[in-house]
Amino acid sequence: MATVTYDHASRIYPGTERPAVDQLNLHIEDGEFLVLVGPSGCGKSTSLRMLAGLEDVNQGRILIGDRDVTDVQPKDRDIAMVFQNYALYPHMTVADNMGFALKIAGVNKAEIRQRVEEAAKILDLTEYLDRKPKALSGGQRQRVAMGRAIVRQPQVFLMDEPLSNLDAKLRVQTRTQIASLQRRLGVTTVYVTHDQTEALTMGDRIAVLKDGVLQQVGTPREMYDTPANVFVAGFIGSPAMNLGTFTVNNGVAEIGDSRLPITRDAISSLSEADGGKITIGFRPESLDLVSASDPAALAVQVNIVEELGSDAYVYGSLKTSEGDQDVIVRVNPRTAPEKGEFIHVAIKPGAEHVFAPSSGARIASI
Amino acid sequence: MPQTLQITAAHPDPALLSLPWDIPLEDWPNEVLAALPRGISRHVVRFVKLSGQVLAVKEIGETVAFNEYELLRQLSKTDVPSVEPVGVITGRKDKNGERLEAVLITKHLQFSLPYRSLYSQTLQPDTESRLIDALAVLMVRLHLIGFYWGDVSLSNTLFRRDAETFAAWLVDAETGQLLPRLSDGQRNYDIDLARTNIIGELMDLQAGEMIDEDVDVIAIGDALKQRYNELWSALHDKEEFDADEPWLVAQHIEYLNSLGFDVDELEMTTDIDGTTVMIQPKIVDAGHHARRLMHLTGLDVQENQARRLLNDLEHYRAITDRQKDEIEFVAHDWLAQVFEPTVQAVPRELRKKLEPAQLFHEILDHRWFLSEQQRRDVPMSEVVDSYIHTVLRNRPDEMSILGLAPEDADLQE
Repeated sequence: MATVTYDHASRIYPGTERPAVDQLNLHIEDGEFLVLVGPSGCGKSTSLRMLAGLEDVNQGRILIGDRDVTDVQPKDRDIAMVFQNYALYPHMTVADNMGFALKIAGVNKAEIRQRVEEAAKILDLTEYLDRKPKALSGGQRQRVAMGRAIVRQPQVFLMDEPLSNLDAKLRVQTRTQIASLQRRLGVTTVYVTHDQTEALTMGDRIAVLKDGVLQQVGTPREMYDTPANVFVAGFIGSPAMNLGTFTVNNGVAEIGDSRLPITRDAISSLSEADGGKITIGFRPESLDLVSASDPAALAVQVNIVEELGSDAYVYGSLKTSEGDQDVIVRVNPRTAPEKGEFIHVAIKPGAEHVFAPSSGARIASI
Repeated sequence: MPQTLQITAAHPDPALLSLPWDIPLEDWPNEVLAALPRGISRHVVRFVKLSGQVLAVKEIGETVAFNEYELLRQLSKTDVPSVEPVGVITGRKDKNGERLEAVLITKHLQFSLPYRSLYSQTLQPDTESRLIDALAVLMVRLHLIGFYWGDVSLSNTLFRRDAETFAAWLVDAETGQLLPRLSDGQRNYDIDLARTNIIGELMDLQAGEMIDEDVDVIAIGDALKQRYNELWSALHDKEEFDADEPWLVAQHIEYLNSLGFDVDELEMTTDIDGTTVMIQPKIVDAGHHARRLMHLTGLDVQENQARRLLNDLEHYRAITDRQKDEIEFVAHDWLAQVFEPTVQAVPRELRKKLEPAQLFHEILDHRWFLSEQQRRDVPMSEVVDSYIHTVLRNRPDEMSILGLAPEDADLQE
């Protein structure tokens, strides 16, 4: 087992100006489950493939443990791409399906059996070892595929959107299994997904990328509570954080008819480039329903109410001097408003996030 | 609940709507099925007959379906052998309104042979190595255009007879990526994966007693790697010649042609005193013989079939004493007087057994065999007659070898 370090690692495709991955610095601890997440084209898969040896590293280096693997061939890096191959062979037993790559590598029979049995125990497949895959359920087949990677005892597991091929039910089930299995095995794992829910539920830490640049790395809680910039704020969390840019006048932000006081510290963090404006974010659950007369009240017209059983979300429009702005509010489903109604909400004290409009960077506090 | 289907296709066939999209593929009734696939797949796949052709339907996640459709479309614009995509259907719901998985539809490749059906026939002793050669050529061709396969295996490939060899076609591009250029890491990884998968698949056939236990399956996997590397080096390595032997340059190009590749761009450099010439192919293009035959006759056949047909054309040119005529004119006559009459002499009902070019190749083989046996030049009409009665009639129909008949579903592996 080992740490993984990206040290100013860049990938520039021939004939392109902008690097696909730009000066990535990231240190992954031994045994850690790190999720690379971001929208399509952000460089997350490229970063993973650089670690796998499938993409050249044009600048910087990549280390597994203390070993510089920048120029090492994929097969010599002691990594395993999980789920790369999970077609099961019908005539071979589950044990042979798990161990065949070891047989190819010339590992002796007793050793193969021992490793397969250990893996089967962790995967809850012991009783199926001498049976054919036909006898297995969909979820069990997935676990055999994981077993193939486990028996190889690599230093690092790599997974590139491993759930994209599964239907919705199996996806949720496998997500939980992978996460708990990884904790039991304690093998350093780098996992790529475009799905922020997957990232939040699986990773010890999450690294968010955009346009080839690392935006922030942290625990799911840190990413959710203190996003480093507007992009991370909008990307992490579902439904997404409400974000808007408002004029600051005499120490207060003008949000519609409401006035939100901004601290002197926050205002001093703004620069000329921000043009007297500030970006404010608040999550759907950070709003309280208040009376219209409340000085902090924001008037929101209800467009749609989404009922989810335990919660309901109001998708509405906030009237501001800059025009209507979309806002999502979490409400009690038992007292959810009707479409077309006006509701009044106020941001819970201290639950707002503020950013400099020009750079998108978080401002410490307001 | 009514479903609103979206069909994404270049040429959508309205008949597609007649298929039972509100039923999970696994439960489709026998009457719509042409066959069930045999062998290994991680998804549910079914063959259906529609508007006179056979289609393969695969249930698969929506994003992956669109991605694979797009890749197959891009591949079909190149001359790399790959199955032709028909379209993607999304928005499926069952009768209770439950969402069903998207499907990707491709055309079944006529006269193609899945490797598992090859192993259920009596095999010629060197079939494995011929399959491996075909796969190595396919991988070189894919890598030349920047295609990283990501899951190379015998199951993801279809084979077509190609004279005495096989030609390999890409069927499954789920994990593929088309990049401007592949790194050595990507190529090596693809080859390593291919090696592991092939050995795994052959071990499975051993476990199923379809190939002999004594066959060294690891050596077969290693052979793929070796064949691939030999071919890749031949097409990319620098060759050195003495400057006073310039004909060696032409000879090297002829050698690459003999491997089936055209050299579209060649870099030539000399050392400082000009005594050594170095050449290195920059752009190579597979299908040297197939392209030449296409140019001469309009026949669209596989590389080794083309090689065989071109040889016969040269043979015809020699025996008709027309070496001085333009090859284009001779080719026209050969097509009208030799190729077409020979193929047409095969009764229509037997033409489902082999592709026309393959039939012609086998008839040429049979001519050689008869002439040897009878120690005379046996005329074509006699050869065709003998071939039909002694060889072709006993051959299986290979036009659409699909897998199990729907009623044999319980035999599914």
